[in-house]
Amino acid sequence: MSTSIKDTTRKLLDQQTQSGKHKRRKINDLLARYGIAFGGMSVIVAVVLICFYLLWVVLPIFKPASVELEKDYSWSQQQLLHLEVEEYGEIAFGVGPSGDLRFTDVDNNDEIAAFELPQQQNTTAIAQLDLKGMMAVAYADGSIQLFKHDYAISYPNNKRKLTPQVLYPFGEDALSFAQSEVTLLNGKLWEDGLLLAGLTENNQVITKQFYVELSFLGEGLELDEANSGMIQLGFEPKYLLATQGPDWLYAIGKQGQMSAYRFESGEWALQETKQLTESGVEVTQANFLLGQVSLMIGDSSGVVSQWFQVQQDGDESTLTKIRDFKLADSDITHIVPEVRRKGFIASDSKGQVGVFYTTSERLLEDFSFGQPVQALAINSRSNKLLVVGENNQASTFFVENEHPEISWSSLWNEVFYEGYKEPTFTWQSSASTNDYEPKFSLVPLSFGTLKAAFYAMLFAVPLAIFGAIFTAYFMAPKMRSMVKPTVEIMEALPTVILGFLAGLWLAPIIEETLVGFLLTIILLPVFTVLFGLAWNKAPDVIKHKVPDGWQAALLLPVIVLGTVFAFWVGEPVEAWLFNGDMPRWLDDHGMNYDQRNSLVVGLAMGFAVIPTIFSITEDAIFSVPKHLTNGSLALGASQWQTLTRVVLPTASPGIFSALMIGLGRAVGETMIVLMATGNTPVMDMNIFEGMRTLSANIAVEMPESEVGSSHYRVLFLAAFVLFLFTFAFNTIAEVVRQRLRNKYGSL
Amino acid sequence: MSKKFFNSGQHWVWLNAGAISISIIMVVGLLLLIAVRGLSHFWPAEVKTFDVVQGEEVIQVMGEIHNTEDDIQNGVERQQYLIKTGNRDVYGLDFKWLDVKNIEDTKVNDDVIVVERREWGNLYGFLSSVTKDGTIYREDPQALQDIIERALDIHGEIRDIETGDIGAINYAMEQLRLEQRVLELDGELTDEAQAELDKRRAELQEAFLSYQEQLQILYTDIKRDTAEFTLIGGEKITLTAGNIVRAFQPNQMGFWAKLGHYFSKIGEFIFDEPREANTEGGVFPAIFGTVLMVLLMSVVVTPLGVVAAVYMREYAKQGPLTRTIRIAVNNLAGVPSIVYGVFGLGFFVYFLGGSIDELFYPEVSPSPMFGTPGLIWASLTLALLTLPVVIVSTEEGLARIPKSIREGSLALGATKFETLRKTVLPMASPAMMTGLILAVARAAGEVAPLMLVGVVKLAPTLPLDGNAPFLHLERKFMHLGFHIYDVGFQSPNVEAARPLVYATALLLVLIIILLNIAAIKIRNNLREKYKSLEQ
Repeated sequence: MSTSIKDTTRKLLDQQTQSGKHKRRKINDLLARYGIAFGGMSVIVAVVLICFYLLWVVLPIFKPASVELEKDYSWSQQQLLHLEVEEYGEIAFGVGPSGDLRFTDVDNNDEIAAFELPQQQNTTAIAQLDLKGMMAVAYADGSIQLFKHDYAISYPNNKRKLTPQVLYPFGEDALSFAQSEVTLLNGKLWEDGLLLAGLTENNQVITKQFYVELSFLGEGLELDEANSGMIQLGFEPKYLLATQGPDWLYAIGKQGQMSAYRFESGEWALQETKQLTESGVEVTQANFLLGQVSLMIGDSSGVVSQWFQVQQDGDESTLTKIRDFKLADSDITHIVPEVRRKGFIASDSKGQVGVFYTTSERLLEDFSFGQPVQALAINSRSNKLLVVGENNQASTFFVENEHPEISWSSLWNEVFYEGYKEPTFTWQSSASTNDYEPKFSLVPLSFGTLKAAFYAMLFAVPLAIFGAIFTAYFMAPKMRSMVKPTVEIMEALPTVILGFLAGLWLAPIIEETLVGFLLTIILLPVFTVLFGLAWNKAPDVIKHKVPDGWQAALLLPVIVLGTVFAFWVGEPVEAWLFNGDMPRWLDDHGMNYDQRNSLVVGLAMGFAVIPTIFSITEDAIFSVPKHLTNGSLALGASQWQTLTRVVLPTASPGIFSALMIGLGRAVGETMIVLMATGNTPVMDMNIFEGMRTLSANIAVEMPESEVGSSHYRVLFLAAFVLFLFTFAFNTIAEVVRQRLRNKYGSL
Repeated sequence: MSKKFFNSGQHWVWLNAGAISISIIMVVGLLLLIAVRGLSHFWPAEVKTFDVVQGEEVIQVMGEIHNTEDDIQNGVERQQYLIKTGNRDVYGLDFKWLDVKNIEDTKVNDDVIVVERREWGNLYGFLSSVTKDGTIYREDPQALQDIIERALDIHGEIRDIETGDIGAINYAMEQLRLEQRVLELDGELTDEAQAELDKRRAELQEAFLSYQEQLQILYTDIKRDTAEFTLIGGEKITLTAGNIVRAFQPNQMGFWAKLGHYFSKIGEFIFDEPREANTEGGVFPAIFGTVLMVLLMSVVVTPLGVVAAVYMREYAKQGPLTRTIRIAVNNLAGVPSIVYGVFGLGFFVYFLGGSIDELFYPEVSPSPMFGTPGLIWASLTLALLTLPVVIVSTEEGLARIPKSIREGSLALGATKFETLRKTVLPMASPAMMTGLILAVARAAGEVAPLMLVGVVKLAPTLPLDGNAPFLHLERKFMHLGFHIYDVGFQSPNVEAARPLVYATALLLVLIIILLNIAAIKIRNNLREKYKSLEQ
């Protein structure tokens, strides 16, 4: 009998095996195993990807520039007074000594077009008047020829074609400028004006200012002389540098003498004389940086120094040395500013070439050209560099220099920006003008982040931890089962609602009743303790009506009434102490008061952080083993003593991790800060002023930033900093918590 | 006795109790504040007429008391009313401050009529006459209601044509343009194909023109009737019926009339589209956008989260590596949401979206299709953001299932996968639900990352409509949370918009609280269930 059952079973199983069902099940199992493993791993990898992706976007800003040799060839124009490369880096423009203008292919020197200036004689000086191709040359008779080189763009067959041309927007005739030969020429052309400054004999500088107007016929432009001036210099200048406006005129001598003149009510007034170099060091090159604010002075010791006018106390300003850039040890021969940002390229007499950026104080790349440089030019997109040597050997280079304005020092150190009185931490990422210096200091944003988190924690920590202690240790279980969901709801409230209430409801209320509010903070604890004392002394009949562990419920009306009382008292107190308006009183006493300030942010963000800290702390205290507390109580300690000596030390790692996680949340919170402060990046610990945090800054600026720009990458860096910060804090908290769990396990 | 009180640390106990009381009061107070402000907005307020002394003369001001403010200036206490006077087209502003001591007399006039308009906000005045199909009715509110009803019907028709029919034609036109561009790019744009395209285009054009004609007729029709109102200052205003949304006489309304009005306003709030730069009307597109985004997110996050959790709990070898990963996943829940937004913008929108455009939709260039913030990227970003929530919750659920159940199944000869599929996962499903609900609650309230990856203040079209493929993943959408931020802070008329923001906030809070309560309930049930199993 038993054998037959056994046989039948055997037979059935064999049937199943033969039918392939087992195999299929096994394969399914294997498939599931690998499928789930693959799926699980890829989710985890995807999560790790976040970190690396952020890093991948950020890293390019710290890369040095790369300069790659593209072509070597020989330059056919014998001598170069001036050299330029147009925007796309396709055509080079060279000016020879007799006013011969040649447009050549950058990469092989093939001539594309050549022009002669109308006065076919040797030039004595040349000046570049603007960044759009306007130039001026001077002749031996003291006349000046203005011309413009320009590139007409057309798209035959959908391909870009540049046709170089020479234009004479102010006519082909030379302007009469001086009576004698002009040996040094400088000038500027702006929307409605032109300034020319030329050096004639006996160190006399002649200046002429013109208004630029549309001509009567409506075609072309016309110059209308507005002013002419003469400056007698006490030394022989080697460089004349004039700014548009006209505003400033700098004359710089070989030995480093500098005289700065300012154009005031139609006359040049000597503003300052200064020695720019140390004795024994000669000035070998000088030029403006983009924007004509900074002077770049190259000297014989291989240093390029940046100077600009710094406002002193009062109205005076003085030319101040800001920073030095060291190229090598030989004379600096060329300083070529970049057209669209505050960088420059310098070369020295031994053929060393360096790519620099001023704000970030970076030498991005340097290389040796091998021979002294005759002329140097970079296009306005800063990706094509053309160098022509003394022996007419020319090279083109491909320059990759995307983010020169960022460096460790420009992000985290004080930077002396153009037009500022002193080095500052400033965040100001964009402006309307082109020649603006972007200010990417993360310090004010980080400061704002920590400030907001600090005030939030100041408000949240006592409430959350005290509350958690009571809930976990003293509260009656029934009340606890009502309190915990309330706090969970509190945690779930969207921060956009908290921010909205803070900005539009709380901020005006606090401004209105600041004193009442501050009084609340002081009075509530006092009332609470007083009520406790009174309760303690109350007759037992009343006391026994409320069981132990319901004190919090008893306090609800006390706190509501206490708050009402504080606000009620606040008004007369404000009238008495602060003339009825504390914010105004603070303003009068030198303490700025913003309506949306740190106090408001602290309250709103504290509200958001309380439940996080509360829940973890409560868990930690509640899970302290009961036999520990019972032992302590049995030894005669009071409830409070047991709590402070036994429970809290045991739970302290959990409380610590609660604080870490709360801090992490406060640091990264965006909407509350965005809505409850004015978002001005100021650095001030004043509780009545606002701030701008890293996260709010990202939310405000990210949608407008251009993909791949330095600004975009700096915002990614801000996000990465936030990521690392919170990740680190949370990891510490988590590790501490796991330790704690193991410890309890052993108890 | 008080010495004993302090010595035994009783005062500390009371302070601790105070801390939790303050927290509770804050939560409850905040919820009450939102509820009261959000709900009271729809209740028709009494419109009062004030005689105000202004210098020598007495002027009349009419409106609702919107707010009362007391302050002390130079030691003198004064009380001010903020009156909502409406009539922005005449007065320039909707609101006016009145010093209470300057008010000589306050009256309530029964004939006051409040007109909600499509532009310029509310009108407060008196009805003087209604022109209905050429006939003039003097001071006849019923005639006014008639012409409004008629105009609303026509308005509905116009909207159906404009958004439905003409929208579909515009969409088809755009598709045609893209089709042509595709052919052009492939070099297959033959004359035949061109002719075919032109033919289809002409057909659409024709249909468009016929709709245009219909619209023309409707537009003249809607302007047929007019109503003339007199303001308190004597100014006359004539409105065409098409410009009126609703007219009512609050001072004549009884309780039930007010209640009816109240619910009709709530209905408008939930089911209608916003008007006047989002400061009036409803929030339907925002509700719709929020729900759709959250649904899409759930579709993505649930399988991913569950697979990751099952792998980590059931398949991966439990060692230091798994523990590290678990900590890392846990911590991701604490990474600020804005960081996810930045990642979503850089990786999803610009990198992934840009690549999709380049590979599959070269015809849309230069205006991007997927390479710009949109619904799909917002959903993916939030899926990533809420992934840790689902993973942690599912893992917790898996860990709670007693070993005996797994062993029992294995002992009966089931494979590991069969055990998982037939016993473990069904038992852990409430935990997954909890995780999903918490994820949804978090996603519904999250705004900061959405600002970077797809939310806009006013979306012209819903992401779901009648044009194939019906669900337009690349479109931008509206969101309740962002609506609060935008209307509360970026709106030109914050004071007028504020009540609506409270109402929106209330709606959002209600959704989130309901979701959370559901999650808490499911979790508690789950715990109860396994308690009995473990015993």
